[in-house]
Amino acid sequence: MKRYFHNLGEKLIEGLITISGTVTSITVLLIVFFLFKEGLGIFSQSPVAEGSVIAVHQNNPVKELKAEEVKEIFDQNITNWKELGGPNAPIKLFSIDDITDYYTEEQIGANFEYLPQRLNELVAKEPNILAFFPEEYLAKDFKGHQIKLANVSLGDFLLGRQWYPTIQPAVQLGVLSLILGTLWVSLGAILIALPLGLASAIYLAEIANPKVRNILKPVIELLAGIPSVVYGFFGLVVIVPLIQDLFGLPVGETALAGSIVLGIMALPTIISVSEDAMRTTPRAMKEASLALGANKWQTIYKVIIPYSISGISTAAILGIGRAIGETMAVLMVTGNASVIPHTFLEPVRTIPATIAAELGEAPQGGIHYQALFALGCILFLMTLVINLTVDFVSTKKKENR
Amino acid sequence: MNSVETKDVHLYYGDFHALKGITMAMKKNQVTAFIGPSGCGKSTYLRCFNRMNDLIDGVKIEGDILIDGVDIYKTNIQVDDLRKHVGMVFQKPNPFPKSIFENVAYGLRVNGTKDKRFIEERVERSLKQAALWDEVKDKLKKSAFELSGGQQQRLCIARALAIEPSVVLMDEPTSALDPLSTAKTEELIHQLKEEYTIVIVTHNMQQAGRVSDYTAFFYLGELVEYAKTKTLFTNPKDQRTQNYITGRFG
Repeated sequence: MKRYFHNLGEKLIEGLITISGTVTSITVLLIVFFLFKEGLGIFSQSPVAEGSVIAVHQNNPVKELKAEEVKEIFDQNITNWKELGGPNAPIKLFSIDDITDYYTEEQIGANFEYLPQRLNELVAKEPNILAFFPEEYLAKDFKGHQIKLANVSLGDFLLGRQWYPTIQPAVQLGVLSLILGTLWVSLGAILIALPLGLASAIYLAEIANPKVRNILKPVIELLAGIPSVVYGFFGLVVIVPLIQDLFGLPVGETALAGSIVLGIMALPTIISVSEDAMRTTPRAMKEASLALGANKWQTIYKVIIPYSISGISTAAILGIGRAIGETMAVLMVTGNASVIPHTFLEPVRTIPATIAAELGEAPQGGIHYQALFALGCILFLMTLVINLTVDFVSTKKKENR
Repeated sequence: MNSVETKDVHLYYGDFHALKGITMAMKKNQVTAFIGPSGCGKSTYLRCFNRMNDLIDGVKIEGDILIDGVDIYKTNIQVDDLRKHVGMVFQKPNPFPKSIFENVAYGLRVNGTKDKRFIEERVERSLKQAALWDEVKDKLKKSAFELSGGQQQRLCIARALAIEPSVVLMDEPTSALDPLSTAKTEELIHQLKEEYTIVIVTHNMQQAGRVSDYTAFFYLGELVEYAKTKTLFTNPKDQRTQNYITGRFG
């Protein structure tokens, strides 16, 4: 009887563990699914700013425009319909604020009650007009032609250089500058963190005496636990002014500042993981090297580093992973200008910083909101690639033994 | 002629007195075996000859150790130079994570040899001496980890021979090998004594009987008996030796 209850208890615990494991896995998968569902929604949306109408005269052969073209038109870089495949005539730009140039206030009405009608007349009257006005003033019997904006394509999204997610009348959703910004900052971070981290790891694993090591190792691992906003604060107060003074820049908030802060943040991971890898070098292997007349340095760079190279690569990749996903510290020190950087001394904007800064003001379900989710997908794929690389490198390590 | 000679060697690990006044001499071009139960100090004593004990914290050594007439614990001795003179083969095969060729060439490279042809010749010769050449000559560029355990150990022997030491220390070189590989290694030791002085630590008394010319029996940090191998095994003078070789303890 006792035995029966014992078995029942075991079964119960086993069942609970199975259920919780399954539920957790499914939850994680659902999160990824949700991310991609929202993110991919961007490709089926027209990039017209929320609640706006872009209209032309009904005889105008131009029926569809790209978001980028609309911006060019409003920036006056495109001024003739010919450039868009229409008749050779200058584009007459009209936005709702210009209405008083055409009609008196009485004609519009005190509460804009005649505005839809007037807009309708205006578009019908002007053959070369490109009008942009709020959707609420669209007349029911509108005689003009509403321009349809081409949906955002994957190529435009990934390779577009303009990120103006709230601009009127057509939002610009090119994330190339954000992707490059992320990569620049991460690359800089790893260039700073890898040599320093490796040097510290070698010191800890092979040179420091055990007492020093036993104090230093936990302290370094503790650094990994400091909240990133504290690192960001440190960067803002110390590193940003330093860079500004050192290079004589108008602002110190640059990719370099981000790289330095991220580099410092990645150090504990890199030191800890590569030090552990170096310490797995069998004592016999070190002794064999020394017994052949090699000195300590020769042993370190000819035996210990080659032996632990896969561990060191794992450390580097994990460091990059941390740098790519880091949000707060980067948001605080990189200046957040969404332009493609050419040097480390320019402000950049990273993907995580963009999401953190903009998600709060993006209306749910709108194109901006979905664009941010799509950015999240890109970030997810980047880190996925990194994790798969870690996996590949560490399995390769096991095969070599 | 004596290749290794020690006078009243004491060794302390902190407070522990591990070697208690050992005086003995090992003859040139002979195989000397150290036997004794675990913890008797035979490996510790062996590791004094190439100053491997220097790596351990808190070790203190007293007495004189002379190799080819030179006191190796004198201050003007460069440890790196000493270790070129005294090669060592370890308990477990411990090749480096490099190719077969680079493993053997390692000792030459770290000692500054740049001449490519010289290195190639020396690698080939060492591999031949270690009776491994025929098995690996077509895959010198392959990783040393691809070899079997016995082959790896012979590779380690070749690696030690490549820097042309005069003394080769072997610390239980066959304890991790299968019987066939053990037999091969023992045969190799026989051949090597033509050119080298060999000191071998072994747990296996039959092995000591098969490969060595002289045998020393250690017990609790003392050298109990040291004689020609045949004499020691057939006619031990000390009761403790008698007990050990007849298998009453150890």
